[in-house]
Amino acid sequence: MAGETEKQTGANQAQPPALTRREAMLQLLRLGGVAAGAGGAALWLSEHSFRPVPAHAEQARRDHRTATDPQFPHLVVVQGGEPRALVQRALQDLGGMRRFVGHQDVVVIKPNIAWDRTPEQAANTNPEVVAEVIRQCWGAGAKRVIVTDVSCNEPRRCFHRSGIEAAARAEGAEVILPDPELYREVDLGGVVLKTWPVFIPFLEADKVINLPIAKHHSLIGATLGMKNWYGILGGQRNRLHQSIHQSLVDLAGFMLPTVTLMDCYRILLRNGPTGGSLEDVATKKTMVAGTDPVALDAYVAKAWWNLDPEHLPYLGMAAARGLGIVDYDKLPVKFSQLS
Amino acid sequence: MAPSRLPMWRRISQIFFLVLFLALLIFTSLRPSAGATGDIHLRAPVRLFFEWDPLVALANALASHALYRGLLWSLVILLPTLFLGRFFCGWICPMGTLQHFVGSRPSEAKRGKQRIESNRYKRWQTGKYVVLLAGLVAACFGSAAIGWLDPFSLLVRSFGLGLLPAFNFAVRSLLAPLEHSHVAALKATGETLHTVLQYTVLDFRQPHFAQGLVLGLLFLAILAASLRVTRLWCRAICPLGALLGAVSRWSILGLHKDPATCNNCNRCLLHCQGGDDPIGGVPWRKPECLMCMNCVGSCPHESLQFKFFRNEKEVVSPDLGRRRTLTGLAAGAAVVPLMRANTGLGKSRHERLLRPPGALDESDFLSRCIRCGECMKVCPNTALHPTFEEAGIEGLWSPTLVPRIGYCEPSCVLCSEVCPTGAIWQITPKDKGWVVGVGQQAQPIRLGTAFYDRGRCLPWAMATDCIVCEEWCPVSPKAIYVQEAQVVDSAGNIKTLKQPRIDPSRCVGCGACEYACPLQERPAVYVTSIGESRSPASQILLNRK
Repeated sequence: MAGETEKQTGANQAQPPALTRREAMLQLLRLGGVAAGAGGAALWLSEHSFRPVPAHAEQARRDHRTATDPQFPHLVVVQGGEPRALVQRALQDLGGMRRFVGHQDVVVIKPNIAWDRTPEQAANTNPEVVAEVIRQCWGAGAKRVIVTDVSCNEPRRCFHRSGIEAAARAEGAEVILPDPELYREVDLGGVVLKTWPVFIPFLEADKVINLPIAKHHSLIGATLGMKNWYGILGGQRNRLHQSIHQSLVDLAGFMLPTVTLMDCYRILLRNGPTGGSLEDVATKKTMVAGTDPVALDAYVAKAWWNLDPEHLPYLGMAAARGLGIVDYDKLPVKFSQLS
Repeated sequence: MAPSRLPMWRRISQIFFLVLFLALLIFTSLRPSAGATGDIHLRAPVRLFFEWDPLVALANALASHALYRGLLWSLVILLPTLFLGRFFCGWICPMGTLQHFVGSRPSEAKRGKQRIESNRYKRWQTGKYVVLLAGLVAACFGSAAIGWLDPFSLLVRSFGLGLLPAFNFAVRSLLAPLEHSHVAALKATGETLHTVLQYTVLDFRQPHFAQGLVLGLLFLAILAASLRVTRLWCRAICPLGALLGAVSRWSILGLHKDPATCNNCNRCLLHCQGGDDPIGGVPWRKPECLMCMNCVGSCPHESLQFKFFRNEKEVVSPDLGRRRTLTGLAAGAAVVPLMRANTGLGKSRHERLLRPPGALDESDFLSRCIRCGECMKVCPNTALHPTFEEAGIEGLWSPTLVPRIGYCEPSCVLCSEVCPTGAIWQITPKDKGWVVGVGQQAQPIRLGTAFYDRGRCLPWAMATDCIVCEEWCPVSPKAIYVQEAQVVDSAGNIKTLKQPRIDPSRCVGCGACEYACPLQERPAVYVTSIGESRSPASQILLNRK
């Protein structure tokens, strides 16, 4: 015991002198600061604990429609020419690109670049059609011309082998591949389509030009202009077929294009929408264009597949929603024949 | 005389080849040239390091009695090694360079005397010759399993499937807050960085690979081991190093030790990479030396020099001994028959083992596939993954298509272009015959056949429209055909909808239907390997159209 006490005494002697009052206060202040900080942060964080819910999607109907003009037809059909000539004539008949694209506009062109196929296989929009539309946009004074699509097959292959990437770059347009990080959740405001991720370039455009290609499709008979809007969506698109007519109308009611030019230079008559064999392709050397997307689809479905509007319920549903007129005979239509 | 500059030149060479290797690996991906159209091919010579690899060439020759395209280039390394020794390991091999770099970091386990002791020759360094012998005997029995340990296979597999995807994820995670910043300057910086990185090192899409974590960690463990023992991998395991060591026995270049000036200061041992006894008093071990020139550079008395045509006592053979030689031969001779006595190859083949297009029949495939993972790295849909047990134990880390993650792109043949050994024989999009040159060849290449699970399929089981599978089917005429049927829904209403069916004579087994099926986690249409064109013994139909 005695030895232990001695040791303790020895230890006490070796200790440095006690803290000064000033040092003790500073130490308390530091500890107090840390404690207050931790407490404050914890309180603040505990008030911000919410079950994660998606951010409120913007209601963002995109209406790029061009006002109708009694001088010009609502629908034009041009036949018997090469792709560039067809586009030139169609736009001329519709009143020229200046009617649709203004000075300093950001124009997004939406061809169909869904599949890894060559132009001859007619599963994607003809690259010459895309190139000519880009040229016309520049001529009308556009600030930026963007070509993009959300492909089904591997996008790098689709953009490359469709010839559209090369053709668009040659005309000086920006080509944007569907980057998985470039989507924004948007409220489409549809009956079946509510909140969906939409590819951002389509949301930020001043003008949107729809450049579909007419193809066979097993589920509804033909894939035409409105079906091209599937390609602005991300997410789990493979569910749309379950209610294909309503989803087509919902999309058409969300994205209203400035003008639509339907590529019918080559059309895919069978095994669509992918094709692959040249035996499935018919060369029609035709361009159907206009400002009424419903009439456009109705006309092309009848012309190449002999499908009446009752076979394509989405046409009637779209008309009921005020997106256009099914009975194209009642509209001013202009037919032109090139050479 | 100034200290030797050779270590500096070696370092420059190492850095050059490491950067070259990484650049080629990063370019082992789909990067179409802007402005062009038509078929897509790789522009960079991405197989370069495999073509330089004499081990791959030798195993390929033993197993297939021929040399696949490009492997003749391995003479570029083999012949100079005959004359000069293992310069490849010290100056070129990127696996060696990484080991070298990590092994040079200061470590508690390797200080002063310990470091000197650890760099003396050890008997366990003969392990690599046992591995080599076993691998070559296995190749004679028709298995390219040596690819598990070939340094380039190891590198490409670990980087391509584990470390690069992880790097990709890290970079994207770091960029995301910048790109979504509300501060315009930060946002612009993030977007610019993203664009620049996208064109150089980032993948187009974040890749994910089965076993990526395991493969990445295995590699990091090997690197960490070299912190304890310098170049543990090169000294003890690497079968390519063993091969080069074995053929360097007649080389005319060697280490000249001047006994007159050497005072046994041990400095040469401090940085010795090979563990080949450069120190005076004992014979130099030729097959272990990596020609790194560190001993020459660190000798204060200039008593070490590499010279041609010396006449000095040295150990030229791998010091294997009869017993270890027999161990290696026996291991190789036993392992392949044992693996083949198991189920896997030939018997009870896994239904989901879908080999890439152009792959040879399974026994020829396994005799060539070195599990390097080049095909998996290059696949634009990251559809190819390393097997775990699907191809049997023997087929570990060989490629299999996982359609749920990615299908086989109809005009793409990049996996067959990068395969260094011909396990996936080089084909053209036309040979593949799915969408290029349709109808111009007798038969397309088939990977398997699709089947429906009618209990999960929407039109079959749930009175709901769908046929997305039919939409995606890439062949013409489509292998999926639809039939209208009247079904009753839960409310008792009669609905007419289209139900899909497969025509097995047209199906090529690409997996696009399985990929596109909305029932993602267990698709209602799925591909199994039956009917794959590479295997005459695995067919359904008597006659395919």
